[in-house]
Amino acid sequence: MRGGFSTLLYKEVLRFWKVAAQTVAAPVLTALLYLLIFSHVLEGHVKIHGVAYTAFLIPGLVIMSVLQNAFANSSSSLIQSKVTGNIVFVLLPPISYLDFFAAYVLAAVVRGCVVGGGVLLATLWFAPLGFAEPWWILIFAVLGGAILGSLGVIAGIWAEKFDQLAAFQNFLIMPLTFLSGVFYSVHSLPPFWQQLSHWNPIFYMIDGFRHGFFGVSDASPWLSLAVVGSCFAILTGFTLNLLKSGYKLRA
Amino acid sequence: MSPAIRIEQVSKRFGSVQALDGVELEIGQGEFFGLLGPNGAGKTTLISALAGLVRPDKGRLRVMDKDVQADYRAARRQLGVVPQELVFDPFFSVRESLQIQSGYFGIADNEAWIDEILENLGLTSKADANMRMLSGGMKRRVLVAQALVHRPPVIVLDEPTAGVDVELRQTLWAFIRRLNEAGHTIVLTTHYLEEAEMLCNRIAMLKAGRIVALDTTGNLLRRFSTHSLRLRTDRRLPTELLAGATESGGWWSLPFDAFDDVEALLTRVREAGCGITDLEIGKPDLEEVFVRVMQGSQAGQG
Repeated sequence: MRGGFSTLLYKEVLRFWKVAAQTVAAPVLTALLYLLIFSHVLEGHVKIHGVAYTAFLIPGLVIMSVLQNAFANSSSSLIQSKVTGNIVFVLLPPISYLDFFAAYVLAAVVRGCVVGGGVLLATLWFAPLGFAEPWWILIFAVLGGAILGSLGVIAGIWAEKFDQLAAFQNFLIMPLTFLSGVFYSVHSLPPFWQQLSHWNPIFYMIDGFRHGFFGVSDASPWLSLAVVGSCFAILTGFTLNLLKSGYKLRA
Repeated sequence: MSPAIRIEQVSKRFGSVQALDGVELEIGQGEFFGLLGPNGAGKTTLISALAGLVRPDKGRLRVMDKDVQADYRAARRQLGVVPQELVFDPFFSVRESLQIQSGYFGIADNEAWIDEILENLGLTSKADANMRMLSGGMKRRVLVAQALVHRPPVIVLDEPTAGVDVELRQTLWAFIRRLNEAGHTIVLTTHYLEEAEMLCNRIAMLKAGRIVALDTTGNLLRRFSTHSLRLRTDRRLPTELLAGATESGGWWSLPFDAFDDVEALLTRVREAGCGITDLEIGKPDLEEVFVRVMQGSQAGQG
């Protein structure tokens, strides 16, 4: 029997897939533009961990796309449903809090991975990439997507208007994903910013993900996994409690 | 047999507004029940509390003996709600919307029932149209269809005919009546009093979050409304008749209890020398009941 979870997951995936030009093709194009510009300027001038700059940049752009699109998926779906009122369609049926959470987060991971895969395919031709330890690639893509998907659920529930969600996205998610080592190694930063980066969980997602390609990274992938895994566990607990409390969903 | 709906001392406050104030109500299985009241009386809040969209500050609600908070999954399977707002998901077609809604209730292959609902609501030709392309009336039908995908024993319709044309109203009521005859309990809120009068076997009237009248439709009509002799005359009526009469738009309205009284009334009018230029018998109607209950002239529970 098909349950609430699988249907909600299917609906959430179908929702973004029906507008794939906007939800998949557009972010792939954006990432491609970053690559063209930065590799044009920096290729030949910069090597990181002994890797040419373009090759270093590609995994960064891929995971950045995963994270940003995972966040965008759950948050925009929820705010749209709330503003238009069709959120009642998922509030009236017997869908448990866990099913609700899991479906939105997993759909966010799917969207993130579809876009990330698209970015990888589109940029693969620009530099030779190794796939040294591929399971790290998968683990950090999924966990990173799940964390940003959970944040998207929280933001989507919290925001009452589109501009509140845009603020969350532009002033928190965008700077965090941009400033966490997508375009550079944190080792190249001044000591203060280097220290600060080590308190930023998104740095570990990017660093661990990149480790899967090159087998080298700023931090040990096991440390990254511990940080990212703990983050996900904490966010899961928080989001489930939020859903159970009915915060802003059930008056 | 447990009641279809049991509401025990339910209160809910939104800021300074007491939306529900100790509501106590039981609706039996198979009833066609009307929930009436002016805007802001608490009808929608009460329905939302039943559906688990609003959490009461006090009190308990049960649907088919399932507590809507403690046993929310079982309770929601028993309940189909047609929301008042014209909401829809613009990403999907009518059929997709119904398939998805079925899946939320754990029903995998629901095509036969979906086709039947579409047919009964006159939606078959629109099954593959995107929700955005539908007119308001069609969207309303889809909302009704969505509430029925899981064949709920209890169906709640929150002003389903607001802004809907006559044809849909009739199709809708014919279908809902059939569901009621098949054993479904129906709860309806409406602004159209003649609809409630025509359809509902029992009615509760809400005012400021309280139930101010609760009785069978027949009893309410008898208790708060009477037959009346309505007259146009060429002269002013004699004073002894004016006592219980009311006048509006040139029509005098003289209440009476039994049809045998009509003759006596007419005799007195004639004896006073008044010529009758027009005459009709006014039947009891729910609008009169409603106005009188809301004015608080005679609040009571039956």
